[in-house]
Amino acid sequence: MPAKAIGKGKQAGGASDISRRRTTRMRGDGDDMTDMGDGTDADDWMHSKALVKPEDQLDLNEQQLKEEFTRILTANNPHAPQNIVRYSFKERQYKQISSVDQLAIHFALDGNMLHKDSDEARRQMAKLGMPDAVQSEQAGSEGGEGAGAGAAEADDAKDEGKDEGRDDAATPTPAAAAGGKKLTNQFNYSERASQTYNNPYRERGTATEPPPRATFSGSVTQWEIFDAYNEDFEKQVNKQQIIMLFVYLSEYVFLCGFQSDDVTRIANASQIVERMVNQNTYDDIAQDFKYWDDPSDEYRENEGTLLPLWRFTFEKAKKLAVTSLCWNPKYKDLYAVSFGSYDFMKQGNGMILFYSLKNPSYPEFIYETDSGLMCLDVHPDHPYLVVVGYYDGSVGVFNIECKEPVHRCTAKNGKHTDPVWQVRWQKDDLENNHNFYSISSDGRIVQWTIIKNELIYQDVIQLTLPEAPAEGPDGTKVSTVGCGTAFDFHKRNDYMFLVGTEEGKIHTCSKAYSSQFLDTNLAHNMAVYQVRWNPWHPDIYITCSADWTVKIWEVSQKTTVDTNPENTQNVSNRKALFTFDLNNSVGDVAWAPYSSTVFAAVTADGKVFVYDLNINKYEPLCEQMVAVKKKTKLTHIEFNPVYPIIIVGDDRGNVTSLKLSPNLKKMPKEKKGQPAMDPAQREQLEIAKLDKLLNMVREPTEGSKPPAATEKK
Amino acid sequence: MGEVVEEKKEPDSKRVHTYPLIRHSDMNDEMKTEAMELCVTACEKFSSNNETAARMIKETMDKKFGASWHAIVGEGYGFEITHEVKNLLYMFFGGNMAIMIWKCS
Repeated sequence: MPAKAIGKGKQAGGASDISRRRTTRMRGDGDDMTDMGDGTDADDWMHSKALVKPEDQLDLNEQQLKEEFTRILTANNPHAPQNIVRYSFKERQYKQISSVDQLAIHFALDGNMLHKDSDEARRQMAKLGMPDAVQSEQAGSEGGEGAGAGAAEADDAKDEGKDEGRDDAATPTPAAAAGGKKLTNQFNYSERASQTYNNPYRERGTATEPPPRATFSGSVTQWEIFDAYNEDFEKQVNKQQIIMLFVYLSEYVFLCGFQSDDVTRIANASQIVERMVNQNTYDDIAQDFKYWDDPSDEYRENEGTLLPLWRFTFEKAKKLAVTSLCWNPKYKDLYAVSFGSYDFMKQGNGMILFYSLKNPSYPEFIYETDSGLMCLDVHPDHPYLVVVGYYDGSVGVFNIECKEPVHRCTAKNGKHTDPVWQVRWQKDDLENNHNFYSISSDGRIVQWTIIKNELIYQDVIQLTLPEAPAEGPDGTKVSTVGCGTAFDFHKRNDYMFLVGTEEGKIHTCSKAYSSQFLDTNLAHNMAVYQVRWNPWHPDIYITCSADWTVKIWEVSQKTTVDTNPENTQNVSNRKALFTFDLNNSVGDVAWAPYSSTVFAAVTADGKVFVYDLNINKYEPLCEQMVAVKKKTKLTHIEFNPVYPIIIVGDDRGNVTSLKLSPNLKKMPKEKKGQPAMDPAQREQLEIAKLDKLLNMVREPTEGSKPPAATEKK
Repeated sequence: MGEVVEEKKEPDSKRVHTYPLIRHSDMNDEMKTEAMELCVTACEKFSSNNETAARMIKETMDKKFGASWHAIVGEGYGFEITHEVKNLLYMFFGGNMAIMIWKCS
């Protein structure tokens, strides 16, 4: 290390000598040698470094500077500790260590220079190729010369050691370091500049919409002003008169009704006003109802449409399903709707509403019940009597005058144990007592008679299944019962009625025989939802079922009761005259009152199908989506007995009225010049019409007396 | 009070009405009432000078509903104007005066 320092010092010293010489040469006069900081213009760049003196440097004169101090440099580190003691395991005691590490490294620098003649350098040069080799040679020569100079002057180190300290600090210029032979190029530099990124400009503009404007023009003349005033004045006078009239009317009402209580005295008047308002509101629908007939029907042979008229909804009934519909026999615009729920899990209250076509916005009568209603029937002769069947199995009779049922059966007197699916008024009995029938899924068909404010019941038929009684839990025999879901009474043969069951069977029954059926027909694969006699033809009935089909049947020819139990118990599996697949569960089916061949059905996917067998035996004339929302199921349908409209109920409490287009209500044409047909003639015609159709589909052997074998399949 | 007089004179077709009569307006009710009252006031105040009446109407409307109102007061004129919608009032007053005010900026 000391050697190194000396070498360096020598180099620097040599350089400073040279520069000094040069300066001297250029100036031409021997100036003060120590004053190196004082440079001329030419040397300015060389002496850019100011000579820095430590503040506490002694100020020595020439004499003092020339004085020699001898220092002996040893290799001993003066700071190395001399008294290190270590435990010696050999001698089992602490011993002073004699050899102390004297090495102290103050500065270390790994060099990367190679001697160009060394093997390593040759190899590298060969590797880099010729041009590089030349460069490196030059660099090498430079370095070598530098090194050489250093080496050469190393000999003089002792002689010039005196000047060393001073010159070393005074001339640290790079030119001097390069040995003076080669000057670095002052202009060999690269300039670097960078420019900041210019952000792209972006324009964005919006134009506001100008305030809307309008033009207005006119002219002012005295006569126009005069006319305007007169017109306005007349209007005012008229208005005043109307107001006077109203005041007068209300006073009149007040005077007339001052005895009765507040609400009822204006009930009638308000009802009239309500209807007037409705007539105004639904004027277009009323016009449609009265006059509109789809004109395009003339150009379509076998198609028809349904025109939606009023939609009847009631806030409280919105969550209930329409469970039955019944037109009032006296007022042709009035009908009754029963509300309940078909969902076993969501049973709640029920409701009866009476709607009139004249007031589609609000029901005429409202009756709320504690249990859901499943069916209702309005008495054909006494329209104020309404019989209802409850979900809890009871039946009740409402008088329109009273909010509560006038009769209701209880568990003590014959209540059904399952929901009552259908009720139907019958002709008064011989003692002129009102009576009705009910059918329930507990298998009983019960006749109810109202005798002196009492409801007397009598089981008519117990539906049974032919299967052996099931085993009860404790070994007792539990007879399986059939589940009645629908029935219909024959129009003319008073005693005869049809019963539809949940098993899909249709029983033909007689009121007179409670133990057995006249006939049993395995009609459907799933529950029968509705069974109805044809209004014209005595032997035809229609059924609909959850198995997606509507079927038309003919009552077997054997009208007499076969006492042979085999025959009655045997389930015949006849073929339906017609079968229609409606692609969804069929909730209800109804014959049109005006034609023997027209019927309509509703399905659970919200469609109404109207068929006229006379026109098309296979396809519906009309298949129309009636439900407003996708998932709404249509539950029931009923034809108005007079007007060409149908009402359709759904499971959200809506009842929709629809007008049938002309193609759907085709009746036999009346010949011109002839008097209108009398009812008997008409009936004959209708029966003939249907028979003609039936002959085509009847089994060929059925022309004569049909043997039982052919009837059974 | 006025009504009684009118009813007595009812057969007389020459009777002159003087109440303010809005002939055409698309303003909202609040604005309409205010504008109408202003017109009535102006016309009563400057019954002899239609120009000052019109000036008063215009300036007051400018103050109340923002700039650029235009007003015409006169007994006979024709017009075809473009106005900002909901800012037009055309009325008669005093039996012989037609006032037209509108906004168009």
